[in-house]
Amino acid sequence: METIKNYFFMDLSVMLGRSMRHIFRSMDTIITVTITPIAMMLLFVYVFGGAIQTGTANYVNYLLPGILLIAIASGIAYTAYRLFMDMQRGILERFHSMPIARSTVLWGHVLTSLVSNAISVVIIILVALIMGFRSSAGVLSCLAVAGILTLFTLALTWIAVIAGLSAKSVDGAGAFSYPIIFLPFISSAFVPTGTMPSAVRAFAENQPVTSIVNAMRALLSDQPVGNDIWIAAVWCIGIMLVAYFFAMRVYKKRV
Amino acid sequence: MNMQNKAIRVKGLKKSYKQLEVLKGVDFEVEQGSIFALLGSNGAGKTTIVKILTTLLKQDSGTTIVNGFDLVSEPDHVRQSISLTGQFAAVDEILTGRENLSMIARLRHLSHPRQVADDLLKRFSLTEAADRGVSTYSGGMRRRLDIAMSLVGKPQLIFLDEPTTGLDPEGRIEVWKIVKELADGGTTVFLTTQYLEEAEQLADQIAILHEGKIIVSGTLAELKKLFPPAKVEYIEKQPTLEEIFLAIIGQKMEEK
Ligand SMILES: Nc1ncnc2c1ncn2[C@@H]1O[C@H](COP(=O)(O)OP(=O)(O)OP(=O)(O)O)[C@@H](O)[C@H]1O
Ligand SMILES: [Mg+2]
Repeated sequence: METIKNYFFMDLSVMLGRSMRHIFRSMDTIITVTITPIAMMLLFVYVFGGAIQTGTANYVNYLLPGILLIAIASGIAYTAYRLFMDMQRGILERFHSMPIARSTVLWGHVLTSLVSNAISVVIIILVALIMGFRSSAGVLSCLAVAGILTLFTLALTWIAVIAGLSAKSVDGAGAFSYPIIFLPFISSAFVPTGTMPSAVRAFAENQPVTSIVNAMRALLSDQPVGNDIWIAAVWCIGIMLVAYFFAMRVYKKRV
Repeated sequence: MNMQNKAIRVKGLKKSYKQLEVLKGVDFEVEQGSIFALLGSNGAGKTTIVKILTTLLKQDSGTTIVNGFDLVSEPDHVRQSISLTGQFAAVDEILTGRENLSMIARLRHLSHPRQVADDLLKRFSLTEAADRGVSTYSGGMRRRLDIAMSLVGKPQLIFLDEPTTGLDPEGRIEVWKIVKELADGGTTVFLTTQYLEEAEQLADQIAILHEGKIIVSGTLAELKKLFPPAKVEYIEKQPTLEEIFLAIIGQKMEEK
């Protein structure tokens, strides 16, 4: 009997090409994803910034890591949305009735999420540069920052996959991202945790965003990162593995 | 074994959604190269059967052989030899018609995806709209593209779940023409429909699904014989499928 070859990478490139077209044909998704974080950055720097004591001269430098995380957290809502629409429209069923490597259907969306979030991140960094963001980071530190952002995006993307696969409505598909978008506000992203009441502070200092932000901030300003980078990595990888596991379970159940 | 002459063999197929028993032991066979119509009212379970046969849904029990491959143990081989046009058009709205077709051709690992797309666009009179986003297509165009996407790679067996629902008479006739051409070319066509007229027009074999079972199946001529002997009438009138269908369902109701 003829064996059926597995065309994983070929199928994956088709899936990726498809959803990248979706993104470039509706650039408004990228604009929507970047505009709020940019507006926040303007607001914090030019309105609240003067009143916030961070102990750093350049508040844009202080702010940028948290802003990037907020952008990614809102960007993944679109991944959930695109996945949900694929299920609704029946195109997922068409793919699944075809002799393709089935997992590429999900991986296509996951890679697309990485690419589209990378685009948003670059746009926001460009705006931050105009606003006075400066970094003394070397190549290695920059790569480390990119690595953290990639892990963070992947972790959230797999959560988005769960949401997209199990949502009952379009609104439901994106709703999961709101609490995630909110997390940076209760962290060291905008103000040092030292001024917070003790209960809030305990939460802020022990949730993933703080260590991710602190690690990125240290890397970008060429300071010693200490343990933050490892705690950040463990958080991201941990969340990613758990979310991946549940996403796969939901996927197997839905198809 | 004459298994090779059957495109589909279904025996004792059962499927429930939680407590709702939809298929209660469905049996039927589809000849290779024929057009098979599965008739049934709303909610009878037609789509459920199509989804099981196209490996989208797991059956609870029964044996199902598609193109000689066991659905449960060889789903990959089944997928290789079939294609599905679902009840609701499964096209990518944001891509163009051409991109939709060449995407499917690439996923079927054909060597000249652009050529395949061009040919199908021409065949389905979509050449002019080929480079427009599908979101601008009319319902009929979308359905044509949907069916065209299922023909990519020339699968031996094509499933069409209510292919003409929502089309105007002209669109319907167009789809009928496509189905007939497919069968003439040797492709087996499995279609579901609520329109008895459609089954009459197209099908070599007809099966009626009612309350979880196939209550009758056969050629149109055989079905007509099942029709309760006509009262003496002055005008010789052939019963339509509609009448057969209603009569049979009526009988079943009385038996209860
Ligand atoms: N995923 C599901 N979960 C629960 N019940 C379902 C599910 N899918 C279908 N059903 C139920 O199973 C029955 C058969 O549905 P199915 O879609 O197969 O019918 P159909 O013959 O295709 O109907 P239609 O002509 O309206 O398309 C219906 O009562 C439907 O409500
Ligand atoms: Mg149906």
